[in-house]
Amino acid sequence: MRQALSKALLSGVAKPALFVTCLLPLAWLVYAAFTNQLGANPAEALIRGLGDWTLRGLWLTLAITPLRELTGLAALARLRRMLGVFTFAYASLHLLAYGWLDMGLDLAEIAVDIAKRPFILMGFAAWALMLPLAATSFNKAIKVLGAKRWQALHKAVYAVSVIALMHFIWMRAGKNDFAEPAVYGVILAVLLGWRIFKRLARKKPRLG
Amino acid sequence: MLIKTPPAHEPHPSEITPRHAYLNRRTALAGLGLAAASPLALAQPAPGGGKLAKLPGARSAAAGAVVLDKPTGYADATSYNNFYEFGTDKSDPAERAHTMKTRPWTVMVEGECAKPGRYDIDALLKLSAMEERIYRLRCVEGWSMVIPWVGYSLSELIKRAEPTGKAKFVEFTTLADRAQMPGLRSGVLDWPYVEALRMDEAMHPLALLTFGMYGEVLPNQNGAPVRVVLPWKYGFKSAKSIVKIRFVEKQPVSSWEQSAPQEYGFYSNVNPGVAHPRWSQASERRIGEDGLFAKKRPTLMFNGYEAQVGQLYAGMDLRRNF
Repeated sequence: MRQALSKALLSGVAKPALFVTCLLPLAWLVYAAFTNQLGANPAEALIRGLGDWTLRGLWLTLAITPLRELTGLAALARLRRMLGVFTFAYASLHLLAYGWLDMGLDLAEIAVDIAKRPFILMGFAAWALMLPLAATSFNKAIKVLGAKRWQALHKAVYAVSVIALMHFIWMRAGKNDFAEPAVYGVILAVLLGWRIFKRLARKKPRLG
Repeated sequence: MLIKTPPAHEPHPSEITPRHAYLNRRTALAGLGLAAASPLALAQPAPGGGKLAKLPGARSAAAGAVVLDKPTGYADATSYNNFYEFGTDKSDPAERAHTMKTRPWTVMVEGECAKPGRYDIDALLKLSAMEERIYRLRCVEGWSMVIPWVGYSLSELIKRAEPTGKAKFVEFTTLADRAQMPGLRSGVLDWPYVEALRMDEAMHPLALLTFGMYGEVLPNQNGAPVRVVLPWKYGFKSAKSIVKIRFVEKQPVSSWEQSAPQEYGFYSNVNPGVAHPRWSQASERRIGEDGLFAKKRPTLMFNGYEAQVGQLYAGMDLRRNF
């Protein structure tokens, strides 16, 4: 079973398949917008839909390492970069949809809005922090930076995930409705908690 | 009983797209910029859903009662609602409010008045002549609609109750029944939902005791069987599914004011100059009309009803009394 999975992950089909899969949510949102299936406020539905998929993409990206270690499927690592880059793409579309559909691309007004609404500031900060990660997501960047520095830089994804979660919680705070952010919060706690646990376990002195 | 079976070649009535549905689709497509607006979509008055009992009203003669803005499509007005008793998602009320029983229904009128009473909904429906009023509706969240409501001025009912000199405010209470309203299980707000007006606001002719919309009785998700509509205030001031109207001397604390006093004031008049602490109120998105890529339209002072209601707030600091 594991061998078959590993073989599939290593095959030439895995990455194109993931690429197409990652495009599906976007394809659905665009299709729904053009066929009037996004309800009474399609702009809001588009912005929120893109935000939801950014969070999901980010959580999936963070799930790769724990999954890889738990299942022993080392080949999973091949998919992480594409998931990360797609997450950044969805985050950028989310930001663009907000700036365009909600703010009419009025840069002055967007700047005021970012300063005025803490949850917008959080969202913007998360996107800005992803920018250097996306910009260094090719092999040559690793060589130029050196593997250690590159890895240190890409640890920023943990900060991005916490800020993105705060963005989501804050956005729902207006309605006192924390059911959905709580689900995302628990999953993130597991994903980050697993890493902390591993780290602590590694540091423990060995008893004879 | 005679049961008529249509011949096989005839489509079943349920298979025919209702007129409002295709009109609404065309409007939405036009909004997306994919098709030229159909002239049919501009036909007046806006068609209702056709499934609820008719409730016609004569075109109101009250000043400001009929705006010329194009009414929002019925499908949008009945599927995008804030009615937290049924959940906080705007699609929740349309999906869940069918569990609410609107018959029998009584409204208690009580407090500081000479003639308190227990009004059956059918008695309320006959209390005064029904009028159709086309009002703008501005939600505090930054979107707006235009709705043809059916009802009569709230003052008609208030006058009959003969409020005493001590009656300075009117408080409205919404039904809070866990068996019928799944949203009550959440602690989003303290239930029941309470809203209130100053007496002179409640007596203003534009304050509408509302029983219907689009020529039909109110759908449950829009506050059936009776609600108030206050077009110059943010939508949440217009309490839905009212079971109690109480005259009081002290200014009541409304539900949202209690939940977040720094964000929602007692007055909550539409005011583009006073931002919500977390967002600007200077502009709004008109549901179903403004295209996806259209810039939001400017919000008007008192939602465009300044000429009618402005004097109610003369001399008041609207920044402090937000």
